[in-house]
Amino acid sequence: MSAPATVGPVKVRRATKSSWIGLAVIVPILIVLALGPYIISRGLQQNLVILFSLIVLGTMWNLLAGYGGMVSIGQQAYIGIGAYGLVYIADSLGIDPFLAVPVAVIIAGLLSLPISFLAFRLSGGYFAIGTWVIAEVVRLITMQIDAVGGGAGLTLTALNVLSPGRRIAYVYWLSLAAVVIAVLVTYLIMRSRLGLGFTAIRDDATAAGSLGVRVTSSKRIVYLVSSMGCALAGSMIAANTLHITPESVYSVQYSAFMIFIVVIGGMGTIEGPIIGAIVFYALQQWLSDYGVWYLVILGVLAIVVVLLAPRGLWGLLSLNGRIKLFPVGYRLVNPLERFAVVKTKEPAA
Amino acid sequence: MDWLNAVLQGLLLGGLYALLAAGLSLMFGVMRIVNLAHGVLAVVAAYMGYFLVHNFHINAFLTLIVVIPVMAGIGWVLQMGLFNPSLKSGGLAPILVAFGIAVVITNLLQAFFTADTRSIDAGMLGVQSIQVTDTIYIGVFPLITFVVGVLVIAGLQVYLNRTRDGLAMRAASDDKDAAQLMGIDNRRIYAKATALAIGIVGIAGVFLGIRTQFSPTYGDATLIFAFEAVIIGGLGSLWGTLIGGIVLGVAQTVGAQINPSYGVLFGNLVFLAILAFRPTGLLQKAVNS
Repeated sequence: MSAPATVGPVKVRRATKSSWIGLAVIVPILIVLALGPYIISRGLQQNLVILFSLIVLGTMWNLLAGYGGMVSIGQQAYIGIGAYGLVYIADSLGIDPFLAVPVAVIIAGLLSLPISFLAFRLSGGYFAIGTWVIAEVVRLITMQIDAVGGGAGLTLTALNVLSPGRRIAYVYWLSLAAVVIAVLVTYLIMRSRLGLGFTAIRDDATAAGSLGVRVTSSKRIVYLVSSMGCALAGSMIAANTLHITPESVYSVQYSAFMIFIVVIGGMGTIEGPIIGAIVFYALQQWLSDYGVWYLVILGVLAIVVVLLAPRGLWGLLSLNGRIKLFPVGYRLVNPLERFAVVKTKEPAA
Repeated sequence: MDWLNAVLQGLLLGGLYALLAAGLSLMFGVMRIVNLAHGVLAVVAAYMGYFLVHNFHINAFLTLIVVIPVMAGIGWVLQMGLFNPSLKSGGLAPILVAFGIAVVITNLLQAFFTADTRSIDAGMLGVQSIQVTDTIYIGVFPLITFVVGVLVIAGLQVYLNRTRDGLAMRAASDDKDAAQLMGIDNRRIYAKATALAIGIVGIAGVFLGIRTQFSPTYGDATLIFAFEAVIIGGLGSLWGTLIGGIVLGVAQTVGAQINPSYGVLFGNLVFLAILAFRPTGLLQKAVNS
């Protein structure tokens, strides 16, 4: 590489042409979705809530694994805590359900900190099973608590003061807001110093540590955020289905769903889990007549993607990361040499 | 006397957990692969045993003559076809591939065998017991399981220390590039290790099927128990895995003695306590890299 004879004032840019186009596409879609309750049927709204919760879950799992490098199969612990938190706080304590959601999310966040000290003693695949054991312990303890219905579960009644149409619309808006919050928080984290640190950790954890990146505390922050996001999704699921049992909300199936969504969509990108959730949801609907076979197909698909196309669907669609809807990287732009765009570190796998 | 009995039963149960955990320990030791499909592979072996006993009326223990080599073959194929390529991809690929395998096999079992629970009929040997005192009986089958567990761990230890392949596995574990330079074909030695690990899972699975009711999703609990035995005992130590299995078994039976629904929870809590207060496990290798 020969340095240009004259180097002008170098600018750092973050937005790209594709990200401006992305913004121009996303905003109208969001506006249309926000009008959903006025346009679409209640049944479709409830189905979209399921899709939205999958997007939130995928985004949160991606934050954990795609950026933080932590494969967890125990995030259902927080889904359950969010679901039980909402129902218990709203029904038994009589707090407004829409206030109960953030309270449940904060409780999940507070619980995730001490849990992280246990889980972080393990790494790699053992971290994965360790988080699963912790989720099982939370489930087994929930089943022993009579105040939350033991093994039979709970039914959310606090929303019954609303007419069914209103209830469904409010839950729909809440879920749409949750998607926006989850994606926005991920985007802001990855744009921040923390995100840069994760890119460094991904490339070389030891070197990053020696340069002052606080590896463990960075991971803990991401674990906290991801747990809160999963609790948010859990409360959406509870508000949508109205009845929860330990078997349903603490199901390890949720971890399988999250992994498939992120792996198929594209790990380590913000767009990937969104695409992955849409594809996953479509496959789930399409293959629902085939019973357990849809999970066989998804499992095979996930293995193929991991081995042959590790960047997932978004990796293929974005031409190996050249298109970015969410600009989280840095680009150096030399105004004298318009075509000499030097790419620097980008937080993408 | 009930308590002593619970401890004794737990100790014998520990033999089964050690048997289940040995393969997990071996694969991690040699390749740093945490095989998330480990539990469901044990269930596959249990179904194989069930199928042979049910359809051909073979003695439950004789099914091992078929089950062990078939499971070892499955292990070989999985390693050559999926795990070796995933190790090349690096990063999170091995964990994700293993997870995918677990989900695929679990649901295939569900499709072919339905979600009904089954159990392998081992005839008289499955129910016979030896009277020790007036109130304490030891089941013949749990005793056999325990002895086989100890023998397998001991045999594996000898294999890793004395045989050419065992030494190659340890060499590849310590430094895979250097091992390759010394003429070891890592891919083949990995496949041998996985074949051995899954062959042992074959024994564990058939024993599991004789001991308890199983269904396609039973692999989840099996994986968790095997993993807990490995961590309680200490990563990298086979004898530790045996101790870990025993500690887990005793914790479960003693917990169940307090309240039948506390068994699994107690085992999990003992595991978490070890993780909190002695994260290297009970018998961590003296020298750890």
